[in-house]
Amino acid sequence: MAVGVKVVNRPGSFSQQMYLPAIAEGLGVTFRHFVKNFFGNITGNRKNTDIATLQYPEEKKKYPARHRGLHRLMLREDGQTRCVACMMCPTVCPAHCITIVAEEAPDGRIEKRPKIFEIDELRCVVCGLCAEACPCDAIRMDTLDHAKPTTRRVDAILDKEELLSRGLPSHATQGGVGAFWREKVKGEAQTPAGADVSPSGPPKGPTPLA
Amino acid sequence: MEYGTTLFTAVIALIKILFMVLGVAMPVASILTWLERRQSAMMQDRLGPNRANIGPFRAWGITHFLADALKFMAKEDFVPPKAHKFLFMWAPIMAMAPALIVSAIVPFGAPFCWDHPGGPVPAGGVCAQPLPLQIARLDAGLLFYFAISSLAVYGATLAGWASHNKWAMMGGLRASSQMMSYEVTMGMAVLGSFLVYGTLEPGAIVAQQQYVLNLSDIGHSWGIFSQPVGFILFLTAAIAETKRTPFDIPEGEPEIIGYFVEYSGLRFGMFFLGEFLEIVFSSAIMVTLFFGGWKVPFWQELQQLFADHPGHFFTSSVAFSVLTFGLWFVKVFMFCSFQLLIRWSLPRFRSDQLMRLGWQRLLPVSIGNVVVTALVVLWALK
Repeated sequence: MAVGVKVVNRPGSFSQQMYLPAIAEGLGVTFRHFVKNFFGNITGNRKNTDIATLQYPEEKKKYPARHRGLHRLMLREDGQTRCVACMMCPTVCPAHCITIVAEEAPDGRIEKRPKIFEIDELRCVVCGLCAEACPCDAIRMDTLDHAKPTTRRVDAILDKEELLSRGLPSHATQGGVGAFWREKVKGEAQTPAGADVSPSGPPKGPTPLA
Repeated sequence: MEYGTTLFTAVIALIKILFMVLGVAMPVASILTWLERRQSAMMQDRLGPNRANIGPFRAWGITHFLADALKFMAKEDFVPPKAHKFLFMWAPIMAMAPALIVSAIVPFGAPFCWDHPGGPVPAGGVCAQPLPLQIARLDAGLLFYFAISSLAVYGATLAGWASHNKWAMMGGLRASSQMMSYEVTMGMAVLGSFLVYGTLEPGAIVAQQQYVLNLSDIGHSWGIFSQPVGFILFLTAAIAETKRTPFDIPEGEPEIIGYFVEYSGLRFGMFFLGEFLEIVFSSAIMVTLFFGGWKVPFWQELQQLFADHPGHFFTSSVAFSVLTFGLWFVKVFMFCSFQLLIRWSLPRFRSDQLMRLGWQRLLPVSIGNVVVTALVVLWALK
């Protein structure tokens, strides 16, 4: 059976079929880009070029402000860890990457503190649930950095000291608005209009734990 | 050494060969391997490879070609078990050698006078003991070029056949069909220049191109003006001969990889370098035929400008040769860069489009060019 041949007459003027004007146009486009980038780069004036390359180890792009990355542990104003070893974060962690061993805190008003606090960054799935679950603003992922590559697996397990070394004093009220929030809210309901009712203001209950 | 003796000629020829191969061809081809990546990056708004360095010497990453060579040497030299060992080993050399041999006929500078190298350039540029900066002055010059460059097809075809690989075989067959098709056009394009200048010897062709453009004496103008159609035909065919995009059917990275698919290490490096050597020498031939070779543009005008001064603009024969060599080098380098520009701008042809372009478009146009040139030479120039 003979194979049919369908002749497709493509439209096109003589100059189009000759290719040359289109070739010249195309070469012009690439040549313009080349000249602009070449002279901008050779004079060190990168702003005038279209070059999108980021020379990584020397130039880094900042992570956005809400980036979720490497963990850190926050500090009280006296430099102690804010963590009270409540076990919220290892419980919620879907990757089981947080290990906490609690011990009794010397400060009488706090029951526990972590003796061991380890995060395995190789297991972490960077979901952010630990920071979400933390009632004390103790664990955060806002270092604007990522877990560093390591040559040994054990180096990827961050211990308490390392996590604390990135920490800053947090001024958040321990445990949200405070232990006596019921009384506080009741009291605010009775306060006259115009008084300070913002939840971030200093709570009127007992002084927060420093 | 006495001028004109066999020993003298042999020693001078050896020096010229070493200079051409080790001083021009290899460095330029090596740097082109880096320049191709860097230039294409600049064309595509990237930076390209700029990190290779020797200690503090970085120079925009120009030493990348050394890193490449080291890498090629360190790699395993793999030979497929069913390959034809002998041809497999010789094919890269057969692909690379013709490009180097072609360098023999290219004039790369003004001849300088052996009898008084420091003296002034004599009127008319003729001296008693001229030493042409050209390895071999062959009367059949351009025919020699075709004879040798058509041998390059054996490298590709044999590499494809000896690899015992379907894709390599297809690449080799495509290479042979493509290169033979475009050689016809190439020869016809050069025939036009031959009619205009009346010689096939590249040195004499350069000597004929006295003016950049002289409308009253078009036969002594640069080839681009006396043979504009021939130039475009030759350029197209030359790019097709180097087997690069838009004519990269034999390599065809997206589909068959090509005739060197089984090659690794330094043998692949030889194919790679051979491709760039072909670029260098096709550029050199184009500069010789169409851009006045080593000739200084507007030399007559410059001489008139400096006519008041005693002696010549350039009073030393050696200095004039060096100047013209530099100019030739710049011209060739710009042409290489232009070929890279084409390679990174145009999309590739399909195999049937390639054949249709070669046989149905370029060949009739080149024959027409020869006929028109012959008529013009016969009636208008004589």
